[in-house]
Amino acid sequence: MTVNKMKKTTGDRVFDVLNVSFATFVLLVMLYPIIIVISSSFSSPYALMAGKVWFLPVDVTLDGYKAIFGYKQIWTGMYNSFIYTVGGTAVNMIITVLAAYPLSRKDFTIRNGIALLFAFTMWFSGGLIPTYLLIKDLGLFNSRWVMIIPTALNVWNMIIVRTYFQSNISGELLESAQLDGCDDFKYLLKIAVPLAKPVLAVVALYYMSANWNTFMSAYLYLQKQSLHPIQVVLREILLIGSVERISTSATSDSNAQMMNELLKYSLVIVASLPMILVYPFVQKYFVQGIMVGAVKG
Amino acid sequence: MEMKMKAGATTIKKKRYTGYFSDIKKNWQLYVMILLPLIYILVFKYYPMYGARIAFCDYIPQKGVAGSEWVGLKHFINFINSPQFFVLIKNTLTLSLYSLLLSIPFPILLALSLHYLINQRFKKVVQMSTYLPHFLSTVIIVSMLHLIFNTQSGVVNNILNAITGEKINFMSLSKYFRHMYVWSGVWQDVGWNSILYISALAGVDPQLHEAAIIDGAGKWRRIWHIDIASIMPTISIMIIMSMGSIISVGFDKSFLMQNPTNLDVSEILSTYEYKIGIGGGMPNYSYPAAIALMTSIVTFILICVTNKISKSLSETSLW
Repeated sequence: MTVNKMKKTTGDRVFDVLNVSFATFVLLVMLYPIIIVISSSFSSPYALMAGKVWFLPVDVTLDGYKAIFGYKQIWTGMYNSFIYTVGGTAVNMIITVLAAYPLSRKDFTIRNGIALLFAFTMWFSGGLIPTYLLIKDLGLFNSRWVMIIPTALNVWNMIIVRTYFQSNISGELLESAQLDGCDDFKYLLKIAVPLAKPVLAVVALYYMSANWNTFMSAYLYLQKQSLHPIQVVLREILLIGSVERISTSATSDSNAQMMNELLKYSLVIVASLPMILVYPFVQKYFVQGIMVGAVKG
Repeated sequence: MEMKMKAGATTIKKKRYTGYFSDIKKNWQLYVMILLPLIYILVFKYYPMYGARIAFCDYIPQKGVAGSEWVGLKHFINFINSPQFFVLIKNTLTLSLYSLLLSIPFPILLALSLHYLINQRFKKVVQMSTYLPHFLSTVIIVSMLHLIFNTQSGVVNNILNAITGEKINFMSLSKYFRHMYVWSGVWQDVGWNSILYISALAGVDPQLHEAAIIDGAGKWRRIWHIDIASIMPTISIMIIMSMGSIISVGFDKSFLMQNPTNLDVSEILSTYEYKIGIGGGMPNYSYPAAIALMTSIVTFILICVTNKISKSLSETSLW
């Protein structure tokens, strides 16, 4: 920026110093909670309970992670969450594109009415109980499908994709494709979807994180423990405190209690790992995606 | 004259009908595409709205809606007259207004700070680390709160203990619940919410800044008179959007942070609906459905009103 290269006044210099300090402070506040949980998870349970861990790991061990390894419920949870996330996101993307594309076509006569029908659901909902009864009537209780079908479409994400189709893919492209005898399905699959890759990547990330992080519907509709996603397992272990199952491997009661405490830290890390691993690959598209959505649909 | 108009109207109508038919013929594939999403929306979004009519009767699942007794507004009136009404509204509004009060200024502050950072690498690092918490689940956030603030191994209490010699149970005492709830929310979403402002700031016309610099305006004054003024439409859109959720505070976080000792402040409309509806021993559907319907209607009105106000004040609106 040329503006920055101009001669600085005292006020501006003060500003820059304050600004860098502020940003550094923000950085520390953002990272400290994450660092402390990671450090604690690698520390020895004795150091952890004695309050010696305040920044870096003390007496590094992998005991916490070893404990997780032997905990079957955690693996079942991770496995279930993986299925719900992959299956759910696939369904999400299909339904989203199928809704977004027709609504982006100006020659689709009923598109304004349909768009309003979709948008209205963002501002008004039937509520928890009627939805609960519907799920019950549909026989989705204790079925894996309950984690996939009732959340098949997020209207906001659909609007993001629609706006992208509308503003980034020219009408002439469609006209020339139609002249060549390309029908709508072919056009969507062969031209529109490939051209919308950046926005689809962002929306897929949004859906993925929503699916991986879902707690409420799993808690409401899945009673069978074998179907629980990791978020429900996490709540049981971390917030309700039902960790007695691993205490058999530890020698004494106080030992077991310390191990349970350590396990909690490792578990938070393990459960957030999938999202953190995906994050670097998609982060460059973030701003792009959120900006497309900001343009009024 | 009247006859003529009527005749005209029917021909227009006819034309529109044939228009639809020829459109279906021409664009039938588009209709096929929209079919699946449309069925989804009708079944999972609109059917529950229709199902909300159980709020007006004493719904008994075995008898169905038709067989249940129609009671009109009984449940609505009962709720408004119940002792919980005031507490629930107060708890819900306090949480949402407290959140709103912080979730508007902090992202703007962060965006301005990032915008004026000269070192682009540093800027990127700060940006990336502020977005990250957005992708953590509510369960993880609440768990992290427990881990960091607990009295056994929590780092905050360890430091507090070293300084003052005592420990505070932040997670179970009522008086800390709101602060924990809101500030952890700020931590999680400040970066994410700043993205829009960062982009809006990048779109500010550089000529405005150049002209201001020639006039001798420093960064402080340019921020106030140019940047803030330019991103005002974005700010008002963000306010409208958050107005919608002012009374419909989500279930998850309050529910996960609840414990018997903080229930007096952590019980909000959505958790109460769940508890008396399906969480308790006896399922009771109509009463919580009435509460939910009231919440939905108020939310909808709030969105319409804020949208209208914003439209007349600044010509920015959602629709």
